[in-house]
Amino acid sequence: MDLSLKPEYLDFRTEVNERLESARSLAPSVTDRGLKHPKRLEWQKWLIENGLAARTIPKEYGGFGAKPDLLKSRIIAEAFATRNLPGPIANQGISMLVPTLLELGTEEQKQKYIKPTLHGEMVWCQGYSEPGSGSDLASLKTSATIDGDDYVINGQKIWTSTARQADMIFCLVRTEKEAPKHKGISYLLFSMDSPGIEVRPLVDMTGEANFNEVFFTDVRVPRSSVVCDPGEGWKVANATLSHERGMLGDPNAAKTRLLAIAEIMKEETVDGQRLIDHPVFRDRLVSLQARVYAMQANGMRITTSLLKKESPGVAGLIVKLEGCELNHELARLAIDAMGEIGILYGSGKYLKNFGEWQAKYMYDLGLIIGGGTAQIQKNIISERGLGMPREPKPAQGGK
Amino acid sequence: MEFALSEDQRLLQDSVNRVLSEVATLDNVRLAVEDSEVANKIEAELVELGVLQLNASVEQGGLGLGLLEAALVQQSHGSFVASSRMLSTVMGIQLLKDSSSASLIPEIISGQVRIAVALSESTGSRRDAGIFNIFGELTGKSLFAFDVSGATHVLLVDKDKNVHLIDLSSSYVSIAELETIDRTRKFHEVSLSSCPENPVEAANLNAAIMSGRILIAADTLGACETMLGKAVEYSLERKQFNRIIASFQAVKHLCAEMVAKLEPARALVWHAAHAIDTNSEEAGLLVCLAKSHLSEVGTFIGRTAVEVHGGMGFTDLLGLHYWFKRIGVNRQLLGSPERIREEAAKIQNWID
Repeated sequence: MDLSLKPEYLDFRTEVNERLESARSLAPSVTDRGLKHPKRLEWQKWLIENGLAARTIPKEYGGFGAKPDLLKSRIIAEAFATRNLPGPIANQGISMLVPTLLELGTEEQKQKYIKPTLHGEMVWCQGYSEPGSGSDLASLKTSATIDGDDYVINGQKIWTSTARQADMIFCLVRTEKEAPKHKGISYLLFSMDSPGIEVRPLVDMTGEANFNEVFFTDVRVPRSSVVCDPGEGWKVANATLSHERGMLGDPNAAKTRLLAIAEIMKEETVDGQRLIDHPVFRDRLVSLQARVYAMQANGMRITTSLLKKESPGVAGLIVKLEGCELNHELARLAIDAMGEIGILYGSGKYLKNFGEWQAKYMYDLGLIIGGGTAQIQKNIISERGLGMPREPKPAQGGK
Repeated sequence: MEFALSEDQRLLQDSVNRVLSEVATLDNVRLAVEDSEVANKIEAELVELGVLQLNASVEQGGLGLGLLEAALVQQSHGSFVASSRMLSTVMGIQLLKDSSSASLIPEIISGQVRIAVALSESTGSRRDAGIFNIFGELTGKSLFAFDVSGATHVLLVDKDKNVHLIDLSSSYVSIAELETIDRTRKFHEVSLSSCPENPVEAANLNAAIMSGRILIAADTLGACETMLGKAVEYSLERKQFNRIIASFQAVKHLCAEMVAKLEPARALVWHAAHAIDTNSEEAGLLVCLAKSHLSEVGTFIGRTAVEVHGGMGFTDLLGLHYWFKRIGVNRQLLGSPERIREEAAKIQNWID
């Protein structure tokens, strides 16, 4: 047990902080909206050139080309947070498609897609879930049939974030109808400008359209757009889903949230009394603080396992379930502490923090469900973590 | 950076577990409740392993190990619902190490002096408990003293938070056992009547309470591990509707929820114990969070593991109640979770 950093890493931290500070004027502000705002793309380019984004992606594919070093990655992430500077572009293309292509893509696919994706010039959306295929993703029905050199795609996807802005989609389709459900799936990459694609925004409970529905009618894409081999799509998708699950439960985000709530409870009053001076609210805050610290310690344990190239085991499997639930409960406390002020939403002079806590409370409920529902997580934890069996399939006649 | 147990730490815990798996079987735990001979034998095996020497410095004849190691060993105690004098010994060492009575430590760890601790009132006095120092004479009572059985001396705290070392054979002292739900350990009331004071100068009460709290949290962690393990094991054997109940999602999800709470709690105990060992500024806060959080996780796992066992969990036949009760008692010792969270808020200057 040694939580200190070696001199090499202390030097690295100083260097990262100095470099980031020197570039503060390049950083985009919150008003520079749009995924491809020139300031955002310029900032991303500078970050990559300086080893602060796409750090371990090989140079030949547009990354910085450093050796993987989890500690350095953590130091960089913390530097953005402590200096209050916008971090690198984070989207599904970068977090999910790029690692997949590096592992399973052809040389041509890597050359063509990775660099523009890393630089924010090519935006992707993920075509996985369908109206009839949520937790049972492998039952998906969107079909791709071979016609000459093309696949012809028909069907519908749902929960597709950034579909309206995306240039490209990585999409799971059924290419072999007769094969067992996990075997007949292929992973395709194609343009969102392809004729026959219709995107409809899906307004959710937050009032925003954070997701979309995507409809495919006779969409033609070349057969060369498949990643890995046809029929191997399930394997390819699982490689990416594991990246997503790690991403959705970040303990540092919970700590930032906790401190923000402590500040709210020091500022906001009821009958002139600060909420932090109210014993029940204070008790809830410290209860959640303990859980945040426990998750942070769990995170350090996982990091150590990964540094040693060992499996973090069940400590890793529980992160999505516990992390998302914890974030949701933190948002609930913030709202409860604010009371009536906490129900304000949209606009108005009494609105606190732009109503972000209600937005978080609702959006986080979406995160508990998305990326593998809490119930699916519990199946995974009990089966892979505790060695309990899968639920037996119902008898055929019961269908 | 490395946040993991070392090879030595794992070996230490393994060796304690190996011994306890032989001597602290459920049958022996049942016997030990009724028969102090059996209880003494279990304790003797633990003492043989060096649990009393563990936390004392090498200069004082100890093993010079930290509270993380002590927590790992106490965790094993909880796993097997075993008991030894380790908790009060570690608290005593922490209390005395820089005090006027530090010279007593070699005698404590050799077993010549067997120390009990009566410090519960420093974390909150129940009923009319408390020791008053009236012109150099101590009068009053302390409740829920640890490890009084077989002890020669008691370290107790008076109303002014001064610590005294009192000979238990003294005629000014009387003791009475307090029967709790947990029969695997004994707790006592220590009463003093005009007992001459014997203050320990520069006693570190805070260090003693912190060490006690982290060990109790670790004890709960061990008890939780065993309860979860038993629940999973039982669910893989028990059949209903022609299926093992482990194949029902309702049962699997209860077990998943337990382990999802247990693993972060384990890391929190490690972190807090390590923080004490390295004199981290955060140690006080982390110990409060660990003790209160393990109480909550323990309560959840205690009831859920029983529930997974169905009716059998509720009977005496499986003995699950020994762990359930151990957790229930640990929850209240040296501060219930609500009270400790209040301390955590104060430590952070969230309130005055």
